[in-house]
Amino acid sequence: MTAVSDREQLSYIAGQAADARVNVELQAGDMTLNIGPQHPATHGTLRIAVRLDGEQVVQAEPVAGYMHRGYEKLTEVRTFPQVTTLVNRIDWLGSFANEVPFILAAEDLMGVEAPERAKWIRTILFELSRIAHISLFLGDMGVQLGALTPVFFAFRDRERVLNQIEAATGGRFHPNFDRIGGLKDDLPAGWIAETKATMEKMRTFCDEIEDLLMGNEIFAARCRGVGVIPPDVALAYGLSGANTRASGVDWDLRRDGDSAKHLAYDQVDWKVWTHPDGDSFARFWVRLQETREATRIVDQLCDGLPGGPIMAKVPRIIKVPEGESYVVTENPLGQMGYYVVSKGDLGPFRVKIRSASFNNISIVPWVLKGVYVPDVITILGSLYFILGDIDR
Amino acid sequence: MTDTEASESTEVDEAEEVETDEAREALLADLTDAFGDALVEHHLVPGRDLWVRVDATRWIEVVTALRAELDFGYFDFLSGIDWMIAPWGRYEDTAFGGLEADDEGGGSISLPEGPGYAGGDSRFQLLLRVFSVERQLGVTIKADLDEDYPEVPTISSIYAGADWHERETWEMFGFTFVGHPHLVHMYLPTDFEGFPLRKDYPLLAREVKPWPGVVDVEPIPEHLEAELEAAVMEAAEQAEGAS
Repeated sequence: MTAVSDREQLSYIAGQAADARVNVELQAGDMTLNIGPQHPATHGTLRIAVRLDGEQVVQAEPVAGYMHRGYEKLTEVRTFPQVTTLVNRIDWLGSFANEVPFILAAEDLMGVEAPERAKWIRTILFELSRIAHISLFLGDMGVQLGALTPVFFAFRDRERVLNQIEAATGGRFHPNFDRIGGLKDDLPAGWIAETKATMEKMRTFCDEIEDLLMGNEIFAARCRGVGVIPPDVALAYGLSGANTRASGVDWDLRRDGDSAKHLAYDQVDWKVWTHPDGDSFARFWVRLQETREATRIVDQLCDGLPGGPIMAKVPRIIKVPEGESYVVTENPLGQMGYYVVSKGDLGPFRVKIRSASFNNISIVPWVLKGVYVPDVITILGSLYFILGDIDR
Repeated sequence: MTDTEASESTEVDEAEEVETDEAREALLADLTDAFGDALVEHHLVPGRDLWVRVDATRWIEVVTALRAELDFGYFDFLSGIDWMIAPWGRYEDTAFGGLEADDEGGGSISLPEGPGYAGGDSRFQLLLRVFSVERQLGVTIKADLDEDYPEVPTISSIYAGADWHERETWEMFGFTFVGHPHLVHMYLPTDFEGFPLRKDYPLLAREVKPWPGVVDVEPIPEHLEAELEAAVMEAAEQAEGAS
């Protein structure tokens, strides 16, 4: 972990150069450039105020809060089942995945365990959200570099996955399908076969994206060695998900976490992908492999889906016993967790929402230091964040 | 020093839980070694999680030890809890789910006073969650803060990620992080007054427009109930006959 790669060294030198150049080359002073709040690279309304010396970023300061909805306060006046409606809207591209850790935390406090079938369907829908979510990233990464084709492919094929989510849950974006003790409904007839066909198409989509971008010289030049994040820095900032795995940290909550035993990941054969470089390219590469891997997970889960009920016995009016619970899952954007404090009431006493993007973006001032203006966009794109997930 | 009652009273019923429990016991022993008498209280739920409460005046010492000596390289989150019972309840004076306010489960119930796991007697508690990739274990660290002057030194130089979390906690709970390099508003406007996540801060949306409460879940009027039920049964029978 201590070995410094050439890329890390280069980015360190660039950072040092930025420090040294402040007000030296341009006596006129720095220029402040506002990126956003409406830049397409920001997936919502994030503003980044960068101070430039020539073309080089001297200081970057993300300004969040344009979309703060105060969910932590709102959960305190909601009942437990009502909270899933809110948390759906945190990371709006992977909505179902937002519900799962909260439901697991509530189940943990109540001592309720969902039936086996419900766990499997949860895992399938969780992975479908991931595929829908990350496929948009794969296309979007091209847009950040001026390549428009991939994003059309991404929107076309993501729709297939959203159709499957909609067919099962009734909601294309905000399913609100997870319940304490299981799921709202069983899968519709014919869904399994359709989903498997969709997964086949998504694998083709991944191949297409790989053809379009991976071998591309411009793509490599703009991403390789840009925005290098060493593993210890990534962990100290609390980065998670593909962002840490792209820095070579072999850690995936689907395999390692306590929440894994509440989902069906241990029932299938899959692999955690890592990349040692920690640059924008590595983050793209890891996500691409993870999308492929997710399609395989869904395939296997569809094949082995057990029968049985989808709802455990829970009271009609849910009161969660006094206690505290923190459950994290590996969401499309990274680690998402809810610290739920209950006082035995119908609703939670306090919920701390630990969202992935908040931590993932807090590294921006560090990682943007010393890079050039065009790279700002690719680095932001490769970190991949959703504003709702930062602001909550 | 420790509340062993809590850890003993939780029954361990599965073999794999015992295993995880051992790992957490070992972790707790390490924490006790490293923190010394800065560790005030702990709470361990076998197979689930570990909470420890530390002396807030030795916050820097504790967090430094976490990162440097105990391999907790991963910063998860930092936040706070206000243990005060909100004076306006949950804005649901009306009945819930068809139950009257005085029925069990309906309306407002009186909440138990006092803090959660690992104890404490202060209104404000600081909450830090760190994780160790090497150990594959996480731990929640709590520290009691003074009610009138909730103050604690910043740990943003130890865990860089704490920077933003401290800003958020500062604006939401009003905890001051002494020595923080950039303690400015994260979400709220710069001239915002008050600390929204404190329990004595009202939810203004509910003050302006009350929660519809019972309107949402109005029970079926009695004189219609039998009629509706008959209609539903009839429809079900027809559907059965058709198939």
